[in-house]
This record gives sequence, structure tokens and C-alpha cells, in this order.
Amino acid sequence: MGIVVLNPGPLTVVEDLGRQGWASLGLSPSGALDRQSLRLANLLVGNSPEAAGLEILLGGLRLRFITASTVAVAGAEGIVTLNGAEIPLNQAVRVAPGAVLDFGAPLFGLRYYLGVQGGIDAPQLLGSSSTDMLSGEGPAPLKSGEQLVVGRVSAGNGLVSGPGPGPGAGTGRGAGTGRGAGTGRGAGTGRGAGTGRGAGTLPAIRRAPDPGRAITARVDRGPRSDWFDDESWRRLVSQEWTLSPDSNRIGARLVGRPLTQTRNEELPSEGMVLGALQVPPSGLPTIFLADHPVTGGYPVIAVVRRADLDLLGQARPGQRIRFLG
Amino acid sequence: MWRLHPSPEALGSRDSGTRIILPCGDSAFLVELPELTAVVAYYRGLTGAGASGLAVPPGIIDVVPAARTVLVTFDPGTIRPSEVCDWLQSAEPARDVVSSGREVTIEVSYGGPDLTETAQFLRMSEADVVKLHTSSEWTAAFSGFAPGFVYLVTSHERLRVPRRNTPRTAVPAGSVGLAGEFSGVYPRSSPGGWQLIGITTAALWDASKAEPALIRPGDLVRFVEV
Repeated sequence: MGIVVLNPGPLTVVEDLGRQGWASLGLSPSGALDRQSLRLANLLVGNSPEAAGLEILLGGLRLRFITASTVAVAGAEGIVTLNGAEIPLNQAVRVAPGAVLDFGAPLFGLRYYLGVQGGIDAPQLLGSSSTDMLSGEGPAPLKSGEQLVVGRVSAGNGLVSGPGPGPGAGTGRGAGTGRGAGTGRGAGTGRGAGTGRGAGTLPAIRRAPDPGRAITARVDRGPRSDWFDDESWRRLVSQEWTLSPDSNRIGARLVGRPLTQTRNEELPSEGMVLGALQVPPSGLPTIFLADHPVTGGYPVIAVVRRADLDLLGQARPGQRIRFLG
Repeated sequence: MWRLHPSPEALGSRDSGTRIILPCGDSAFLVELPELTAVVAYYRGLTGAGASGLAVPPGIIDVVPAARTVLVTFDPGTIRPSEVCDWLQSAEPARDVVSSGREVTIEVSYGGPDLTETAQFLRMSEADVVKLHTSSEWTAAFSGFAPGFVYLVTSHERLRVPRRNTPRTAVPAGSVGLAGEFSGVYPRSSPGGWQLIGITTAALWDASKAEPALIRPGDLVRFVEV
């Protein structure tokens, strides 16, 4: 059982749902940035939602499957081919031995998630195989020539039967397919795929964000919102921010009209949460993502709602972001 | 989506002038305390590392001490914010800051590259620096900087030294250092500006173990010369 990495693309890492509860030891939660898409990719191939899969930044990944497998791709949307033929996204696909899977640049969203039946079998730290780009813990990012081990498919893994008539299945959305044109992929489509795991319905397929349109994230006040003038809060929630190309798994950096701190004192280092909008002296916030430092010394003006973090994981450099507070 | 924060009375209120509970998004609170000793005592009270500790309620994910604060994150699907707030308000700080928690002994070979300079700065002999470092009881206050790196504090300031003017680009793993009021051990080779007085072969961070960190916040640490 195995997969050979022919080309890792710009950055492909092993991620599961991360390791929560170790922040007091200095370890970030890590895990997939778009958790719902990883869960979906896993459930489609009959894995438990927390199995390890691949998080593929901007495509470019090329894999050869040594043995037959079943895979599913979720998250970003672009052209993904198997031996040169485009495969549908958000659906289980059978892979023959020797077949080559290629990820094109995403047209919508930023990160694809690949679920492989049996899961990626990578060493675990504290119960998780997630790569942490900040501490360097967990598996190293994929390299050319590397061989990935696939976990054993247990008897309980009901195979998701072939291409079902699920909403949006196999629409093969190339350029100009007119998104949203009645593909019926709204929230709560609840495709009971009969995974035989009592998993019930699959999570709704959420469309990857259109890079040309603003995305919206809800925020609550952070612990240090009183370190900023009132105008800053208005500026935070009224303007369209732009995602900077310096963003990564550690944080999403924003560009826009800066926020103004009113207290010019040093903040003693304090615990930082996932989704925190930390504001350095430049006044331009960084949103802390899965591999964020567990403590930090700049004030946090606001915190993004958990439910909206997946979407931020799919925001592309240059994407406009609005905050609702 | 519900949107429940502590009541206005709870927010920004100080009970006997010691504790402020600040909102931190939809699944965390930040508790602000007057100084580090209060943080250590409160952290131990919360986590049960102290004798008077209540059990940590189900749904609490992380309790993260820092220099002046304790961050508490929780799963809103398991525990309500108001329940977390009640727990944070009713928790009693541990009375004795040194008699509880685990004890960790670290064997150190003294004679680090900054021992001479440290002794000169403190106006004592190198032997006295070593004696003071090994005879002090150190408390693990909080982690940070890298997994397994813990800021250790003690009850006196006789080993207080400034950081180096020029940080080293690479501090060897296991280096034992002093900086400000803190002592600490580098879990792995990294840049660093602490005054290095010794080195240990102990593994401060071992990812292959179920408990990867040798020292955890709340622990009592003793250094032994080898």
C-alpha cells in the first residue's frame, strides 16, 4: 500500500484534525485549515472524519498510486486529473494501480484536501499526524520521490459506492461553467452516502470562495479591544481588507487602512487563540490560524468565529475580506 | 448562533482586586491577574495542580498561563460560556506555590559559556552562582518560545541578570540559561539571548512520548550539579 510523490507542488502537508489541548506546553493545535473539507474528503472514502489526508496548497501535486485505492478531493476547486482525465470533486473515485493523480491550480479557493481510503499513515505526535509549520513538529512537508504509506482499510469501512447521483457530482467545473447555475449544492444537502459507519449524513459541500469576491467572517470583541480607539473598531468592521501574499498556515496577514492603538505600552506576552486578530505596531492585523504561536505580545482586538475559519483557509492572496462584528 | 458573554458585572469586575475576566471570542476567556506569582497560584488552583484544586470541567480544552494572564479555551458545544465564567470566578488560587505539582530533577553540567560573565555581573563566585541555582526551588510558570521551553521562577531575585546584548544565532539543545527573573532550558538548538550557565543531557521535549514535555507549567524543578 503506498503512494509515490512525483511532485509535491508549492506545499503539500499531511493534516488531520490536529492536536487540541497542548497549548500550555507551547504546542499549537495545527490540523487542516479547512476542517470541513478534510472531514468531507475522509467520509467520502469511508474513513473516519479525523483520518489524516493531504492539504495541497495551490495544486501542483502529482502522485502515483502503487496499489489500487479510493480517493476523494474536496476544498479548493480546479482541474484534477487521473491519468490525464478530469475527475469529479467531492466524490469518491476509484484509482487503479499505477495511476497518476495531478492537481491543477485551483480556480476557486486555495487548498485542496485529498482523502485516501485507509488514511495517510504518518507518525503521530500526541494523537495527531498533523504537520505544524511553526514548531516543525509532525511529518515534514512532502518531497519529490517520497513514498506515503496508506493505512489499512478496516472491515468496518463501508466503501462509498461509485459515482452517485449526488448534487453537483461530476459537474467538472472548468472555467466559465457559470458557478451556482443550479448545481444544487446548497447547505444541508445531506447526502447520506451510506458509509456504514453510522456517520449519518455527509457535511454539506461548501463552495470554495470566488477569488474575485469578498468573503465575510464574523468577529467578536477580543480581550484587548479597549487598547484601540472607537474609530479603529469601525474601521475593522467597515472596510474591505485584502489578504497579503505573506500569509501561511500560521497566520493570514491583512492589508488595509491601519488600526490605531491608544495605549502605547508593552503587553506582557499572553495566550493567543485560534482566530485572534493580533495587531502589531503597524496597525495591520494578522489572523492566527492553525499553526499560530500559543502566546504573543501584541494586543488582540477581535476574534474570528470558529465557524468562519474554514473559509479563511480558502482565501487567496489578494482576496477581499470583510468582518461582521 | 448564540452570543453570550459574561454579564457586564462580571466583565471588567475585580473580585478583591485580583482577577479580571476578559472575553476572547466565542470559545475562550482571558483572566488577568496582578503579577506572575498570582498567575502561578491561580493556574494551580484551576488545574488541580494545587491541593485545593477543583476538577477541570468537561469541555475545557486549554488552560494557558503566561506572564500576567491565564487563557482558558473551551468547546461551546460541551460547556456554556457562563459555566466557564462561574468556574473561573469560583476557583481558589493554590495557597502554597511550591508544595504541589510534580517534581522534576534536572542534572546539569555547569560551566556554560556565560557562567564567568554571569558571576561577575552578580558579584559572586562561579561556585556561588552554581550553588544558588541548585539550592533554589524553581516553579514552572509558563511555556512559550518552543514546545517544551518553560519559564522557571524562584522566590528570590539573586540570580537576576540581563539578557545578552547580542543573542546567539544557535544555542545548543539542553543549554541551561538565565534571563531577567527566569531560568530555563533550551529543548532544542535555536537562536537565543539567555546567559548560558550549564548544559543538561535531559530531553526537555521528546515527541515520541505520550508526555512529550519533561517540564509542565505548575511543576517544581530542581537542578543538580553533575
